[in-house]
Amino acid sequence: MSADLSLEARSRKFGAAEGDGIVRCDACPVLCRIRPGRAGACARYANEDGHLVRVDPVVLLRRAVDGGGKLVEFSAGEWDGALLDPARTFVTGIGAGTTYPDYKPAPFIVSAEHEGVDTVTVVTEGIFSYCGVKVKIDTDRHLGPETAPIRVDGEEVGHVTTAEYGSQMLSVGGVRHLTGGSKSEGKVTCEALLKLCAGEPVTLSIDGGHAVVVEAGKPPIVDGRPEERMRVGCGSATVGIFAKQWFGEVDEVIVVDDHITGVLTEHQAGRVLDMRPAGIRVRGRRSTPGRYFQVANPGLGWGGTDITDPLAIIRKIDPATAWPGLRLLLTSTTGEDALYCVLDEALRPIPTEIPSRVLKVVERIGENCEPSLSTVLFMAGAGGSLRAGVTDNPVRLTRSVAAGETGVTMGGAPVYVWPGGGITVMVDVTRMPKGSFGYVPTPAIVAPIEFTLPRGLYEGLGGHAADIVSVEEMLAAVAEGARVDPWRGENPWPFRGEKR
Amino acid sequence: MPRPSSFPSPYPPPQGGREAPVLQELVGDRLHLSDGPIDVVLKAFGSEEAVVAAHTAAARRFATILPELCAELAALRAPAGAAEPRSPVGRRMAEACRPFRRIFVTPMAAVAGSVADELMAAMLAAAPLLRAYVNDGGDIAVFTAPAQQLDIAIAGDFTLGPVPARCGSIRIRHGDSIGGIATSGARGRSFSLGIADSVTVLAKDGATADVAATLIANAVDCEDASIVRRPAAELDPDSDLGCRPVTVAVGRLAGPKRHAALAAGLARARGYLSRRLIVDAALTLQGETVTLFPGADHALERIAS
Repeated sequence: MSADLSLEARSRKFGAAEGDGIVRCDACPVLCRIRPGRAGACARYANEDGHLVRVDPVVLLRRAVDGGGKLVEFSAGEWDGALLDPARTFVTGIGAGTTYPDYKPAPFIVSAEHEGVDTVTVVTEGIFSYCGVKVKIDTDRHLGPETAPIRVDGEEVGHVTTAEYGSQMLSVGGVRHLTGGSKSEGKVTCEALLKLCAGEPVTLSIDGGHAVVVEAGKPPIVDGRPEERMRVGCGSATVGIFAKQWFGEVDEVIVVDDHITGVLTEHQAGRVLDMRPAGIRVRGRRSTPGRYFQVANPGLGWGGTDITDPLAIIRKIDPATAWPGLRLLLTSTTGEDALYCVLDEALRPIPTEIPSRVLKVVERIGENCEPSLSTVLFMAGAGGSLRAGVTDNPVRLTRSVAAGETGVTMGGAPVYVWPGGGITVMVDVTRMPKGSFGYVPTPAIVAPIEFTLPRGLYEGLGGHAADIVSVEEMLAAVAEGARVDPWRGENPWPFRGEKR
Repeated sequence: MPRPSSFPSPYPPPQGGREAPVLQELVGDRLHLSDGPIDVVLKAFGSEEAVVAAHTAAARRFATILPELCAELAALRAPAGAAEPRSPVGRRMAEACRPFRRIFVTPMAAVAGSVADELMAAMLAAAPLLRAYVNDGGDIAVFTAPAQQLDIAIAGDFTLGPVPARCGSIRIRHGDSIGGIATSGARGRSFSLGIADSVTVLAKDGATADVAATLIANAVDCEDASIVRRPAAELDPDSDLGCRPVTVAVGRLAGPKRHAALAAGLARARGYLSRRLIVDAALTLQGETVTLFPGADHALERIAS
């Protein structure tokens, strides 16, 4: 798996090595056999030291037309035929490359007039040594203890951090794993980050916990089982939400949850409905009436516990309170697991077919659960060298970003700028164009970053004014070789002047 | 949340993990089509409906051109006349080479011009147009209806650096018998046996202009210690030129040598002109340009001035 980062692996994707260092390129049916140091017939793939490499183009994002404008429409209808109009084109940092040494201006400093304001976008690719991803996994299953190391191929690449409402947070990457450990640790971490950022699946193994396959925007797979639903709430909340709908249909409901298990008739919700106490005592530590912590151990069973037989959480059934014929429902917080019982003459719960009206409410729990997803936010700090490519006076850029005057995007996607010093940003990787991320062997991650600000402000910040080119010039120079992606509707257009 | 879909392509996904052909609109209502080494920018002029129909027809025809050619690459790389290509573009290539095959040439010499001609034919069959051009990496098919004209700029000046500067323009009028413009040379993407920076040829169609430009550029040559040549197969193991020496680098040539090289090229161009294979040619080497009709009030003369 660690070989996937290597040039050999990338070469294998489209190319096959032949004798004499020749690589056969499979990217198109010409199947060029390319000698070292030369490019194929298309000039887009080249043989670099016996490996096939892609000479990546700049990525332009094109905004759809909002009415008007002369359009060429294609009858097939699959293509909207929108033009590459400078006013609707955003130049991303993808493929822009970086400049070295630091004081040289960023690869593209593009000016355009938007809404009557002369605007400059400084387009570059940053090399981020200080970076990683924060992963949110929507599950109430126990993945592993907080602070436990996360491993890929045995190398430590991150750790388990806080549990959030219905989700477990993981931290993967960071400078200590990238460059602070062994060479292998850095390489495996870099590879895991690249895959996570590219929306590819990565198997993360948690010490003392479980293996979870994380793929941005897709359901997590825990120990081989895909998660479907994110719980509607904890067990106590589920009792509160659905109490009224159960009232009259069942005599007791126990919602099994690793965090807080809810018991309807003891719970405030049941009391308000004047429900008769059922006398069914569950294990665990009582928090407040009808709310129990630690009814079992965390695990992959019902509601994030290790329970597979839900009746095991019943400590005792009080003969002074319970009665034969009592209707008992046990369910998980997602409605994925449910058991319906009726107490016999000896007050033993006997599993019985679930009445359709009760089943309906269980199904409603499921309906109210959101799809369980893994989400991946890339987090990185723009270093002094990157900022120097933007202005002569990097701290002024930092202050301008903090003040909200300078907008920051990554591949056109909006970022959250963390308050405080420096330029530390977070971005949802699924909102960035395909192929946004790369790496350098340091190891460090390469990602696009764009700074958009009024031209006057840019000059005032000590910007490289002499290197500003108009978007028209820029498009004339690169448009034919560039990759053009549609603008994503969910991302705010960087030029609308809104302050973050 | 599902990921937003990527750029919708009118082409079906390619098989075996290959990259799909790319279609995009460029500034100025131009259409860009790209598939492997084929890179075309085209534009039709006419009524809005005619332009839509023409661009649609070109995009449709484009989808299968590369696979068709790749299916008979061996025949296309063999000397002209040795095999009979079957695909429509392959037949155009072979046909264009037929009158030139006294010397070594393979249909590959006409590939770009033939692709341009094929797309032009698809556009003209789809709609009545006033003017149109299909530019396949410098090999261009052009069309002008009666009373119409088309201006084409030529960038063939390499004295400023590797990206050529604009050095002139050609006005093509209906009735000029010009349906193709092609430029070839040692600075281009394909290999050249000669040393010309560029040879631009006007001919009845793109394929003919392409072969003629290639062969005239091969003839622009001389012996000089500064010229570095390598067997084509050493650079590209599958080159149709086999072990023939192709030009890798040319040093600064002395005046007489430059003139001799251009004269050799011009002699071959005159031969093609006398056989009415071409309409005009301009040959450029190290800042010096010669044409077939010096001093004439003729399209290509402007390049020389």
